This record gives sequence, structure tokens and C-alpha cells, in this order.
Amino acid sequence: MSFLKIKNLSVDYKMRRETINAAKNVNIDVSKGEILGLVGESGSGKSTVGNAIINLIDEPGRVSNGSIVLDGIDIHADAENIVKYRGKKIGLIFQDPQTSLNPILTIGDQLIETIQAHLNLSANDAKNKAINLLKEVGIKDAETRFNNYPHQFSGGMRQRVVISLALCCEPELLIADEPTTALDVSIQSQILDLIKKLTKERNLAVILITHDMGVIAETTDRVAVMKNGDLVEIGPTKELLTKPKEIYTKSLVSSVPPTNKKISRFKIIEKENKKQSDTNIKILNRWVKKEISDKDLVKVESLSKTFDDSFFTESSKNSVMAVNDVSFSIKEGQSFGLVGESGSGKSTIAKMIVNLFKPSSGDIYFNDVCITKIKSNKEMLKFRKQIQMIFQDPYSSLNGRLKVKDIVSEPIKLHNPSVTSKDLDDYIYDLLESVELTQQSAERYPHEFSGGQRQRISIARALATQPRLLVCDEPTSALDVSIQAQILNLLKDLQEQLNLTILFISHDLPVVRQMCDRIAVLKNGKLCEISNTEDLFIKPKHDYTKELLKLMPKIESIYN
Amino acid sequence: MDSQRLTLLSRIKDSDIYFSFIKSPTAIVSSVILVIIFFCSFFVEFVAPFNPFDPSSLSLMEAFTPPSWSEKGMAKYILGTDGQGRDMLSTILYGSRISLIVGFSAILFSLLLGVTLGLTAGYFGGKYEMIVMRLTDVQLTVPSILMALLVDGIARGIISRELHDEMAIYVLIFAIGISEWPQFARVSRAATLVEKNKDYVSASTIIGVSNILIMFKHILPNIMRPVLVIGTIGLALAIIAESTLSFLGVGVPPTTPSLGTLIRIGNDFLFSGEWWITFFPAIFLVLLAFSINLLGDWMRDTLNPKLN
Amino acid sequence: MVMIVVAFVSFSLFNFVGDPINNMVGEETSDEERDQIREDLGLNDAVHVQFLRFTGNALKGNFGISYQLRRPVSELIAERLPATLELVIISAIIALVSGTLLGVYTGINRKGFLSDVILAISLLGVSLPTFVIGILFIYLFAVILGVLPSFGRGEVVDLGFWSTGFLTLSGLKAIILPSVTLSLFQMTYIIRLVRAEMMEILQTDYIKFARARGINEKSIHYKHALKNGLIPVITIAGINIGTLIAFSIITETVFQWPGMGFLFIQAVKFVDIPIMSAYLVFIAFVFVMINFIVDILYYFIDPRIRVKSEAVSG
Repeated sequence: MSFLKIKNLSVDYKMRRETINAAKNVNIDVSKGEILGLVGESGSGKSTVGNAIINLIDEPGRVSNGSIVLDGIDIHADAENIVKYRGKKIGLIFQDPQTSLNPILTIGDQLIETIQAHLNLSANDAKNKAINLLKEVGIKDAETRFNNYPHQFSGGMRQRVVISLALCCEPELLIADEPTTALDVSIQSQILDLIKKLTKERNLAVILITHDMGVIAETTDRVAVMKNGDLVEIGPTKELLTKPKEIYTKSLVSSVPPTNKKISRFKIIEKENKKQSDTNIKILNRWVKKEISDKDLVKVESLSKTFDDSFFTESSKNSVMAVNDVSFSIKEGQSFGLVGESGSGKSTIAKMIVNLFKPSSGDIYFNDVCITKIKSNKEMLKFRKQIQMIFQDPYSSLNGRLKVKDIVSEPIKLHNPSVTSKDLDDYIYDLLESVELTQQSAERYPHEFSGGQRQRISIARALATQPRLLVCDEPTSALDVSIQAQILNLLKDLQEQLNLTILFISHDLPVVRQMCDRIAVLKNGKLCEISNTEDLFIKPKHDYTKELLKLMPKIESIYN
Repeated sequence: MDSQRLTLLSRIKDSDIYFSFIKSPTAIVSSVILVIIFFCSFFVEFVAPFNPFDPSSLSLMEAFTPPSWSEKGMAKYILGTDGQGRDMLSTILYGSRISLIVGFSAILFSLLLGVTLGLTAGYFGGKYEMIVMRLTDVQLTVPSILMALLVDGIARGIISRELHDEMAIYVLIFAIGISEWPQFARVSRAATLVEKNKDYVSASTIIGVSNILIMFKHILPNIMRPVLVIGTIGLALAIIAESTLSFLGVGVPPTTPSLGTLIRIGNDFLFSGEWWITFFPAIFLVLLAFSINLLGDWMRDTLNPKLN
Repeated sequence: MVMIVVAFVSFSLFNFVGDPINNMVGEETSDEERDQIREDLGLNDAVHVQFLRFTGNALKGNFGISYQLRRPVSELIAERLPATLELVIISAIIALVSGTLLGVYTGINRKGFLSDVILAISLLGVSLPTFVIGILFIYLFAVILGVLPSFGRGEVVDLGFWSTGFLTLSGLKAIILPSVTLSLFQMTYIIRLVRAEMMEILQTDYIKFARARGINEKSIHYKHALKNGLIPVITIAGINIGTLIAFSIITETVFQWPGMGFLFIQAVKFVDIPIMSAYLVFIAFVFVMINFIVDILYYFIDPRIRVKSEAVSG
């Protein structure tokens, strides 16, 4: 008998123009002791379902239909009553541990308040219970930490506190909404292990909401796939991932970059299967193509960057070594990966190469010229033209006040002021078509495009100066997997046809494996190792690399 | 060209701002009132029934006439007359023109000063930013009315008395403007800091766009929303500040009375029962400020998605 | 820091605005006599010597002699200070208490009828210039109803160093209209700020997480949201008191309240520089004190500041 039964759940958002059905007749069961994965891309309604269970949907949304039966009781029958179940029967964990805790109350206060809200315990008993809980979720020195404020905990520790809060009144159902998305891989695996352990020990029913197929494969017993508010498919995890029935599930699974092998392109399965475009790169005939050679295009020599921390702490002695004595080189036409967790300094290196930051020491050579020593703007402009960058967040990388046409034309006009308007238009159209956008896009504004399309505009802008080096800073980590696959395919095609040199920065090892020829692994600003891609994945040398490879969630783990 | 204009029109019609405007009766009513007040004040020569500054229209015989609906009222003086027999309605409209001119100029002055300082401080950072923000802090702790009074006091010390009446209006604009700029500097600096860290600014730098162009072409349009909200609310504050200073007798001279001057003059007659001389300019002033504030409030709610 | 800047500004006021000698003596004074006075006053010394002397005198409470009233400025200020402070303190209490209460109420009950009414009134309050409120009050309560006095402080009791209006009935009656007038504008301002703050906090993740844990709404509003919401109110309260002192200039003029603002506005009209610079230094001093108190309060209320400084020191 299943513990939680979601029957015909529908959630509506009444918007200005139309009503959006964030969830449509969703039916899901969860039993005790099992972890159900709820997976889907952004806008699929997976979080809506999670929030709807305890009736915490943001305005103007509302549950329009369906029932939530917990342990045989319809908890939505009486709207007032639902408060009783929150915390007591159902615990909830949110994505971002940074914002989930009240900053001005100690974690002890927050725990005791929650415990006393539901359990009839004295202050002393509640305190003992709270401290035991903190120990249980793996917080050392719980007696002292009890009196600390949230800002004194690191991200991973904070998420443990959040879990202890969610569990402090012994709920039987735990809903975890992307609990590890904001955390690094190594911390992520710890938190997931903790959730698995607690599920077993406390015989919990768990709903794990995530977009990460690797997490699903490694953690869950069953999985439900959602798309646009519909439940597409539900079944045991292994069965669903290895033999998906629905087309959408198939395409979702095939878009996930495999961790155990290198493939040439991602298979893209769509209902309206476009004829596999023969990658019509129109700008090719304008391009001054560089021959792939054995020469180093970029050479980085003992690069260091120190940030003065005085800005944050007011004491000028503290300074953070973001990048510490890093050297590597990239050959013309090569695609070079820079991998590391947050704080590893990978983005800082990228920003120094594109000359947004000045290095504290060390040099960067581009085509044998030391670009860190260039003083004059005019001189710099020549190199700006040859080094371009694609950013992580497609929403902040385009100026919302400019039309796509103006965004793409700005670099062209800047580096070739004499261009005629006819040539300019042709060039813009060619660029847009090369990144698989229509000519009509030129007249529109960025907010009319989806994240993936915006990333294409960003690529078109970067290509407008005909660069030799393209720096890609986590270009797909803000995108859904299916879109990620398309953008990665596009980048691969562009590189092959235009002989681009690419510096690819990512925290996502499977993606890097698919994209790069050589990889450098960074930790806390220091270089751990540089190897050819396959060598790195098959026989890693550095301990840290080994650990990263071991901890990364693998969709293939389902076969074991 | 024509099709482009059409799309612009449909873009406006399609926008959320237009939608929320149509849905908000207070926004519509207050903007209608404002349009009427602005129109009547700027074309006052054609709208007002009398010219109160034309000596021939004055008749002391008809001084202190109460409003037309009261017993002793006269039909031609709808809102009655003041102590010199001037038509109240006309005097108010002329007065509101002065108030509006001062208010608009002062706010424009402080907007230009504040946004330029805030934008450059936010963009360049470092010591320059520190100095500008320190200045803003010091300025902010000095309440605007005090600042304006001080500027006026200093101006009186520097400029000779005869010249002072002539210069009074410029001194007033400067005094109010100089006390309002920190608001703009703060808001535009904060917004610039947010925008500066967005990748589109980095992208422009990498392309090679110059700092000036990045600031004024890319960042400025993106920080205009909060600036406009502050500007609207600031306009109401500036008009109130102007009338307050004039009421205190340190604003515009009585020869070109603003709303505040009128209220001050009327205040002397309050105890003798001629309430309308001070009451109507006061009501008019409040109506003006209230409408602007209503509009500003609506703008704040609409343009600031955080609070929705 | 601020004090030095202000001291310098008021010093410059003193020295460079117009010719102090001109302001002090009559037309018929001869040039020799003028030079003599100049020498006596030390106006021929180097600027930094003069500045140091000015600061030294200011520290001792000596700001010179009023041009217009021909009495020592410090004496004038000491005489007027109680009136202004009593007015400002009463107004500050009214504004802060009622402003915060109403702000919290409207922030929590976003869509109630009463909230809409309070908000409409508060917007009207922001649009009403202080002097207009004063005039309306005088007309209503003094002229038509005749229940409250329209000017002055009523009877005051002299306590030697302080003359208070709190101890007599007429003194208490007299302070009602000016203090309400003065507080109204600030009160509406505080209502709107507190409301915005509460609304923002009620949308944060930690409030949502508290709800998800089944904490009741009362505790969410008054324990979790209010405490966070009050942090910025402390800053506002600081600025608020400063602003009230400045706006007391207007109220004192309307109600002919014998305080410092009244003195100052007369000084501006007659370019009485010593009074202006003394008033400026006084205001700056008040601001610095307020800022200091606000910083201390922050230290006690916001653990993010407190705990960090502990960590650094220990």
C-alpha cells in the first residue's frame, strides 16, 4: 500500500493573458522506504507538484483539482488543516541553503521553535533532541554549533542544517526540491548519501526533485518524468532509463552526455524531427580560416591572481589567491578544457585570458605576443578581435534594450567602421543562420527568445569579429539537457568548420569529456594535472581527479 | 517607416506597463489630472480668466470677494479674490506655473548630476566611487529643506539684495536640486553595480567597446526604470520643497508668487475669516503633489517586479 | 569625519560669505576702525590658524555674537534648545511608533480594506506639505473649534537649566498640534518603508521554509519577519530624528514655536552668519550622535555584524 497517493493533481496559474496549467492530472504514488525521483526540464512542473503536496504554491497559482492522500487521509480536504501536516508529517528541503535559513536567528532557535511547534516537549528536551539531530546529519561539535548563526556554516553544512530542520519532527514524507543543485560535486554526493541513509534508517518516503539524470540514476528507486505539466512516464529507475517507452524520455536520456565514452555528436530526438541539418555554416566563405598547426596559439605562464579581500572583511591583511601559479598552452584548432569546482579559479583564468582582469603575476601569450603587457587600447583592440567569449548565463549576457540586430552588429561596426549597411545586413543574416536562427530574429529583442536561442545569439555575437580563440565559460550549465546537447553540437560543428580554438570551462566532467581534446584540472587555484581527455578519464594521475571521477553522478551506474 | 511605427504602437499596447496602466484607475485619474494641470499652467495666458499681474485688472473695491457660490460671491471670480482684488483662480494658475517650472528644473538638474555621478562611480569603482559615495552620505544626512535653506542663506550673503530678487528663482532651483541629487546618485550607482556585473557588459568590453559607450549606450538605458520612479516622486518632493521655502519667505519673491507664496500671504487672513485666500492654493498644491505621488507609486509597483 | 567637514563648511560660511566686518558694524565706521576690528578678531591670521581657533571656540560652545540680536549665540541656542528638543522627541515617538505599527499591519495584511485606506491616507500624507497640515490644523482646531492653542508653548516651568512645557496643562495642550503636524509627514514615510520591507521579507525563501516546517503564521510574522524587518527601521529612525529637527523649522514658523528652527529661519532672512553656522554645527553633532547610536544598535541586533567582529577580535 503506497504511503502517499497523488490523484489527478492539477495546478493552474492564472496569468494576464492565459491560464497556465503547471500540472495536469498528475498521478503519483510513493511508498515508505523508497526514493521517487521527479525529473523534468525547467517549466515541466516538477517543483509545482512538490509544493502542491503541502499547499505552498506561490500566487497566483492554485490547486484546481485532485487530492493528496497521505496515509489514507486526504490532507487537502480541509485547507486550514494542512498546516498541521507541514513539518510534522511532511518535511521539505529547498534548493538553496544560503537563503533557506533565517539569518538573524541561531540554528538552535530555529530547531527548537520547529520542534515545539509540533511536539509537546520542554525546552530542555527539545534542545537535546535538536543536538542529537545535528549529530545525526553529520555536524561535528553539535553542542557548540547549536548556538551559531546560519552565516557561520559553509554551503554543504547549511544544507545539513536544513535537512535536520526538515526532519526534526519526524515526518514520514520528505520532499527534496533540487537539494544539491547549488552545491559542488563532492558535497553533492555527501548530501545524497545522507538522504539515502536517512531514508533507510527512518523508513521515509522521499520525493527527490531534480533535473540531473545522473543523480536520478544513482539515488532513486523509481522515477517519474514530467514535461509541460504532464506526467510522461513513471516506473522503476533502471527500467525507465534503459528502456524508455515514450519519445520524450528517450530524447531526454540520449541528451545526457555519457560519462564513460566519447561520442561525436549528441543524438537529438524530436517529434518534429528536422532533417539532420547538414550544418549550413554560411559565414564560412567570409572566414579567413587558420590552418590547424602544431603551434601554440595560447601560452599561459605561471599565472597568478590575488583578490584583495579587504572589500569584504575590512581588514586588508586577508587576501585570496584565486589563481596560483598556473601554466598551460593550447594549440591552434584544439579544444582545451578547464575543469574544477566552485572556487577553483577556472573562471578567473578565463577572464584574464580575455583581458577582463589583469593577472597579479605571470604572462599570457597569444600567437607569441605577450598580451598581458599591452598598455594601449588601440593595440589591445587587435587582440580583442581575435579572442571572444561565451558566457554562462544567457539571460544576463545580452543587453535587453537592444535588438538582436544591434547586438550582433556592434562588434562588426566597431572593428570595421567602413562597412556598408547592405554588407552589414548580409553579414548579420549569415551569422544568424550559421547559429541556426532565422533572419527574422534580427528585428526582435532578447526577451522574446528562450535560453538556448539566446545562447545562439551570444555565439553569433562572438563570431562576428572572426575570432581565432573562443572562450566558453560554462556555456550550457544554465540550460536544460536537451538544449545543452543542441548547443554543444553547434559548438562542435563550428569548431570543425572554422578551425576555431576553444577554451572550454566547466564543472561538468561528462560534458568536458565530449567537448575537449585536452583537459586541465584545477583545485583552489592550483593546477592538479593536464592530460589528454581519454587518458584523464581512463587513468587519472592526481588524487583529486580520481575523487572527482568517482563522485560524479553517472547515468551509467544503472547498469551495475 | 509606417510599419515600424505600427509595430512600436503595438509593442506599447502589448507591453505589461500599458496593461497595468489600463487596469489601474488611480493611474488613469491621476495622469488625467496632471495633464490638465500642466496644460492650464503652461498655457496660462490663454486659460486664465484674468491676468493678475496686469494692474488694470486689479480693483481694490473687489478685494476679499468670497468664492462665487457663497452669499457675497461674484460670478466672475469663481474662487473669490485676494487682498488686492486679484482673481484667485488666475493667481493660482500663474503660481502653479512658477512652482512647476522650479520643480521640473530642480529635478532635472539633480537627475543629471546624480545619475552622472552614480553611473560613473558604480562603473569605475575604486577611490573615485568611495569619494562620491562619502559625499552622498554626508549630503543625505543633511535634510533637503535644511540644505536648501543654507544654500539660500549663502546666496543672500554673496548676491546683493537688489540682484537677489531677480536671481531668486535660479537660487531656488539650485538649492532644491543640490539637495535631491544624492537619491539619484545612490539609486543609479546601485543599479549600475548590478548591471556592471552582468555578462553583456563583459561581452562589450571583450569586443572592445569603449567605457563611455558601455556606460551610456549599454548601462544607462538599463538603469532608467528606478531613476524614473525616483524622478517622479522627487518631482512631488521638489514642488513641496519649493512651496515650503516660499512659504517660509526665502523662496521666490512676492512679485512672481508661487503656490507657496500665495499660501503664506493667505495665511495672514486666516484668522479674520478670509479662508479661501489660503485654502484654494493649498488644495491645489496638495492635489498636484498627490497626483504625482499616485503616479509615482503606481510606477514603483509596476516597474519594480520584486514587489509584485 | 562628518564633524570636520561640517566644521569647515560653517567656518567658511563665517569667513567668506560677505564681509563679516560689514555685517557687524555700521556704514559710518572708518577704514582704520575696520582694520582695527579685523586685527582684534584675528581675521588677518592665516586661514588654518583661524580654522583651528574657530574649532577651538566651537568646542567650548562659543560661536560669537549674533549680528542681528547682538547677543552671544551660545546663549540664544541654550534658550531655544529645550523647546525644539521637546517638540522633536514627542514627534519622533509618534512617528516611529505609529508608523511602524501601521507599516507592519499593512505589510502583513496586503489586501485588506483597512490596509488600502491606510495606504491611501499615507500617500496623501506624503503629498501634504508640513506647513499646509499646520495651517489646516490651526484653522480646524484653533479657529473653528477653538479647543487648542495655535501658537506658542503655553506656560513653561523653568527647571534652571531647562524650561519644560510638560508640567503644565497649557504647555501640554500647546504641544499637541505642532508635534502631530511635524510627525505626520515622517509617519507616512515610515509606514511605506516598513510595509515594503515586510512584503519583501515575507517572500524570502526562509519564510517559505518556515511555513513548510509548519510554524504558525503568527510566529512567522512577528518572530521571523518582524525582526528582520526592523533592522532597516533603525536606520530610518536615525535619519528620521535628523529630518524632524530640520522640519521643525517649518512647524516652528507656522505655530510660532520659540525654538531653534524659528531662530534659524530669522537668521537666514537677515544673513546672520554666526547663528547659521552654530545651528549647522549643532545639527551635525546630532547627526553624528544618532549615527553612532544606530551603529551600536546594529551591533546588538544583527548577528551577521556582531559575530564577524567577534571572530576577528578573538
